[in-house]
Amino acid sequence: MARIVGAITTSHIPAIGKAIARNLHEDPYWKPFFDGYPPVHRWLAKTRPDVAVVFYNDHGLNFFLDKMPTFALGAAPLYRNADEGWGIPTLPPFPGDPRLSWHLIERLVDAEFDITTCQEMLVDHAFTIPMALLWPGNGAWPVRTVPVCINTVQHPLPSALRCYSLGQAVGRAIESYPEDVRVVVIGTGGLSHQLDGERAGFINKAFDTQFMERLPGDPLWAARRSIAELVELTGTQGIELLMWLAARGALGGTAATVHSNYHIPISNTAAGLMLMERRAA
Amino acid sequence: MLRPLPAIPGTTLFDGVQAMKGYALNKMCYSFNSAANRDEFKRDENAYCARYGVSAEQREAIRRRDVLALIAAGGNVYYLAKLAGILGLDVQDLGAQQTGMTKDAFKAKLVAAGR
Repeated sequence: MARIVGAITTSHIPAIGKAIARNLHEDPYWKPFFDGYPPVHRWLAKTRPDVAVVFYNDHGLNFFLDKMPTFALGAAPLYRNADEGWGIPTLPPFPGDPRLSWHLIERLVDAEFDITTCQEMLVDHAFTIPMALLWPGNGAWPVRTVPVCINTVQHPLPSALRCYSLGQAVGRAIESYPEDVRVVVIGTGGLSHQLDGERAGFINKAFDTQFMERLPGDPLWAARRSIAELVELTGTQGIELLMWLAARGALGGTAATVHSNYHIPISNTAAGLMLMERRAA
Repeated sequence: MLRPLPAIPGTTLFDGVQAMKGYALNKMCYSFNSAANRDEFKRDENAYCARYGVSAEQREAIRRRDVLALIAAGGNVYYLAKLAGILGLDVQDLGAQQTGMTKDAFKAKLVAAGR
């Protein structure tokens, strides 16, 4: 049977793509950020997942406002990255796992999550940058992938509780997959930041810190809040913490933090990283 | 009925009202995922805007490189980012312009948020 080995949540700021391409890991601006990742690399080398199920939000590469799914799940053999218009390097394609994707689709619809299915899907920086952070190298990705896209472009967004519940349903679906695969769930985005409006530059360290402390043991502390409240607390783009809640939901049960990092600022953003494992209650 | 979202100071949530208002502008910005389209816009901004049916108000905001006016006119930050890329503006430039700060002061504000 398939098994979830852990959950990783990380920011996906576009500037990281440029910093990786320019090899700025030791640069004083970037070092406190990149130094967060080696413990996760060691954990991945030890746990060797076969598949990554990635909760992320598209920023106008694959989806436009003509058709904007609330939840979309990839079912492609290969996911390509492409030009997003403002110049981050495009990364090599990511192998999919269509059989697992269709299993998840069937189980999710059974569980009354009426998702959009995508046999072709371009993946943007919110998917590619976490992959490059977690598996650095030349794009020889050692895992197959299943992208799960949650709308944060256009309100109404799905509620935090709904995203957490989607994650739980994805977790149950993974664990009912009969093949013997090891799965890591990933949630990308956040933490607090706001790009638009007179409130641009908003960052909320106090909330982020508490969110990271509570996520493993008490995810409902955040998931219970309304979208409006979360935007107020975290910024218009800080709402990407929905992906963290979905990943935490997928991990299920009681969880503990294995490793975390938090650094302000990377670009306009409070950058966060967490690695969680399930623990016996 | 369209339900107004709770007001957050300095923030325009991109909802159905904004999505309707900004459709043509955002559709044009979405086209900037293609380098050929970016070049075409750079060759003749007005002709390119006209082809997408961008409104006079939105065209004026583009002419003035006025981010707050673009947002008020229905622009969505994720699509506007592609326009900003053409104009050579990064997210600190956008933040500085919208908050009326210099870029250095805006960056200092970000650093201060970490203390």
